[in-house]
This record gives sequence, C-alpha cells and structure tokens, in this order.
Amino acid sequence: MTDKKARLLQGNHACTLGALAAGVRFYAGYPITPSTEIAEIMSEELPKLGGKFIQMEDEIASMACILGASLTGKKVLTASSGPGISLKQENIGFAAMTEIPCVIVNVQRLGPSTGGPTSPAQGDIMQARWGTHGDHPIIALCPSSVKECFDLTVTAVNFTEKYRVPVYLMLDEIVGHMREKVVLPNPEELELVERKKPTCAPHEYKPYATDESLIPEMADFGTGYKWHVTGLFHDETGFPSNSSQVAERLMSRLMNKIEKYKDEICMWEEIQTDDAELLLVAYGCTARSAQEAIKLLRAEGIKIGLFKPKTIWPFPELPLEKLAQQAKHVIVPEMNLGQLYYEIDRICKDKAQVSGLFKANGELITPGEIIAKVKEVLS
Amino acid sequence: MEKIQFRLSGTGGQGLITAGIILGEAAVLDNKEVIQTQSYGPEARGGASKAEVIISNDEIFYPKVSVPDFLLTMSQEAAKKYGQEIKEGGIILVDSSMVSNFENPQAKIIEIPITKLAREEIGKNFVANIIALGAIVGITKIVTFESLKEAVLNRIPTGSEEINIKALELGLQWGSM
Repeated sequence: MTDKKARLLQGNHACTLGALAAGVRFYAGYPITPSTEIAEIMSEELPKLGGKFIQMEDEIASMACILGASLTGKKVLTASSGPGISLKQENIGFAAMTEIPCVIVNVQRLGPSTGGPTSPAQGDIMQARWGTHGDHPIIALCPSSVKECFDLTVTAVNFTEKYRVPVYLMLDEIVGHMREKVVLPNPEELELVERKKPTCAPHEYKPYATDESLIPEMADFGTGYKWHVTGLFHDETGFPSNSSQVAERLMSRLMNKIEKYKDEICMWEEIQTDDAELLLVAYGCTARSAQEAIKLLRAEGIKIGLFKPKTIWPFPELPLEKLAQQAKHVIVPEMNLGQLYYEIDRICKDKAQVSGLFKANGELITPGEIIAKVKEVLS
Repeated sequence: MEKIQFRLSGTGGQGLITAGIILGEAAVLDNKEVIQTQSYGPEARGGASKAEVIISNDEIFYPKVSVPDFLLTMSQEAAKKYGQEIKEGGIILVDSSMVSNFENPQAKIIEIPITKLAREEIGKNFVANIIALGAIVGITKIVTFESLKEAVLNRIPTGSEEINIKALELGLQWGSM
C-alpha cells in the first residue's frame, strides 16, 4: 500500500491511507465537499482489504452505522464537513457516553450552515469541543501538512481504540485538497493500538467495570458476550440507573480518562521558540502561513517563534504557558472570528499580551497579514 | 533554486489540474519540494479555472501562489481574469489559438498556438495540456524532460502513450525555440 518513495499526495488521500494503515476496516458516510475524496478512496480500497464501505442515507445514519460496526470490533472512521458534522452530533455524544471507539474526520469549510462548500475555514474548533450536549470527553487532532494528515490519522485511530473516546481529525479545505511531496512510513514501522478485550468468561463480563486505567474492557458483539449499550447513565453492568451516585461516578471517570492521559494525548511543535519574544500560536493551514511569516520576520531580526498544537482538545496548556512566560506578545491567527483565541488568552493572559488575527471569508490568512499584525503589535 | 510559482489557467475541461499534478509529480521525481493546489467549485465547470504549482529546493510553507513567476493562459476568460497578475519580469505563455489581443508590459509573453497544434499536428484536442507542459518545461527547464515524460506516462490511460509523448515533444520543441 505504501512504499518508501517520495510521492505527490493529496491531504484527503493521505488521511485515507493513514486510516487503512492504522487498521480501519469500516467506513460509513455521506459524501460532502471538501471531504469527498476520503469516501471515494475508501470505497475503492476497503473492499480490497476485506473491509466494508457503506454510503448511508444521511449523516446521522452514517455516524450510527460506524458505531454499530465498532461494537463488533472493527476500527471505524467517517468523514464529513460542517453541515454533516452538525448532524452527527447526537451520535458523537452517544459514542462519548457509551465509550465506543470512532474517528470523525472534519474537513472544515466555511460555515455556518451550508456556508462555502469549497472555501477553507477553521470555524469548527469549538464545535469539536462542545458540539454535543452535556459534559463529555473528546480528543481533537489538527494536521497542517499532507504528511501530518497520514500520521495524525494513525494517531487518531490509536487514541480512540486505547482511550475509548471519540476522536476528531480536524482538516481544512486547504490541507485536505492540496498535494504535497511526502514520504510515507512502511506499514510495519507503525505502532498500532488494539482495544483491550475481556479475558473473563462471558457470563462474568461487566462491560463498564474498570481498574485504575479507567478504561473498561470491550467485548465484540457476536462473540458470546452480551451487554447493554445505552446513552442513559449506567452502572458497571451497562444497564440504566437513576442514581445520582452512579451518574457522578460515570461522569467523573469519563472526564478523568482525558485528564489521566493528557500527557500522552497532547502533541505540539515548538518552532524557533528558544529566543522568541513574540509567539505565534497557529494550527492547521494557518500554521503554514505563520511559518512563512516567521521566515521573513527572522530575516529582519525579529525574534519570533511558533507554537503549533497538533492536539487542540485537550489543549496542551503547560508547554504554552511556559513559552508565554518568556514572550512579551502572543498572536493567534485563525480562520474564524476568535475560537481557540479564548483558550489561549485564558492560558497566557497573565504572562503576555495576547492578540488575535481573525479571518472568516473563505481565504487563507496570508504571511503578509501576519507580518502586518506583528508590526502593529510591536509598534 | 528559489521558489518558482506556476499558475496554469484556462477553462474547466482543458486538463489543467491534471497538468498541474503531472508537473508536480515530475518535480518530485527530480527530488524537489512541491505543492499543488487548485480552484474548485463552480469555477471547475467552465468559466476560468486554475491549477497552481510551487516548486522549490527548500521546504514550502505557504501553499498558495502569491504572485506567479509563470502564467499559462489557455482561454480568453482566464487571460482576462488572471492575465495581469504576474511577477515583474515573469513569463506568460499564451495559447494564441484561444486568446487574442493579450498584453502585459510587465512580463515576457510567449505565444504558442497550443490548442491548434493539438488539433492539427496530433489530431486530438485533449492533448493540449500535454503540449502546454512540454512548452513550460522547454521554456523554464524547471524539471528534467526525463522526469516530465515519466510523470506523463504514470498518469495517462494505457494505449495513449504514443500520442501523449508526441504531444510532449512537440510542446518542448516549441517551448525551446
């Protein structure tokens, strides 16, 4: 499937190859621009690997469908964009509550509503965190290159299998559609995670009993283990309960899964930050504009660096806090009208001055716009 | 080599996105850094459409063409839409069988009747994009002809090798004049 040769590859294609390499063997979806290539390539490649591809009647059913497949032990993924992601929210909440592993790829386009189908945006950052109701755990990863589309898809599949938390992969129209030179790893070089399965006899199985790992063992449906899956608050047996103690215990375990493994989940890059007095915080396609701007500003002698979160939820708070202590200014360029900005402001505001550079018109933020903002902040 | 930015413009259906991908794949074969992007949506079906390719020896960050060093224009509408956006001293390759009365004092203009050559010399309109690629490489030497040829052969349907290579060589010849 992959060989160690440089090739020109599209971001959406790399995401698909990452999913297949990570062991995804079930895809259900409803095609939507700018994510459609993922469905197209999956429909061609999955059957060759003994996997299944289903085009469902809509986005809600697509999400339900991958959860059903995941319950039988398959690694699953679906892809969509804004309008489809909005429809999937109910079942994403169901996945968080029932701890069914799944990866949701969101190739972001300009919203709200049907918005701009072919226009890039980063407007779904807060939707990824709070799109479905109630407190719930979520992981969201954000690639800024074609290579990262591959790598982070593998990571997303691993994370969801390990932690049993829904994982969003937040692409955007730019990263999803551009073609870039990449060298992909061989499949045998990848470390893959398989979900933990019960070793007890079927009649002794308690589907939501956990040890200190906080992650219950998950039996495949159809293998003799019978269990109840419900979005209602439930105890170790999986059956609903009205007890406030049961609710509290489950809620705190669900949220503590993220807290406990935060150090493993949080990934970021620090680029030219050693002496940076000025710090850009950027993710996805915007991180590329930021890097170009840094190259040009460094040539002028301005000490500027980039903090690039690859995990946006949970946000890698501590490393950013540390960098903000040495920086005088933090600038957050993002292709929305201020979303991750508020999280970054919360983390950095006592240490540095935080400003945003926002754009939500379907155009990429240019290096020139970042440079102008930097000069404005410095003047 | 500094970063060279190409914009290939014309009408949806002329195969310019394929041309952009082939140029990008040839650059990969030459071990260069490359990013290829394109315009989508209503633009992709008729109207002015474009594919962009950035080729460099160094890592490319910003993926879009800011101001092109090289512009290919294969339709009147694309010439009107993109024809004035070019780096000072850049090159504009004009398909003179599709675009008339084109002027841009900032750039060096090279006129080649690309579509006419495809129709009359090869007998197939659809190889116009391949002729254009040959011409681009003849003019700029951005990739080696061997890599370009290999990239074309990797992309085209079996059975059409001969006419595509003929088209490529014809373009190269015109571009090298």
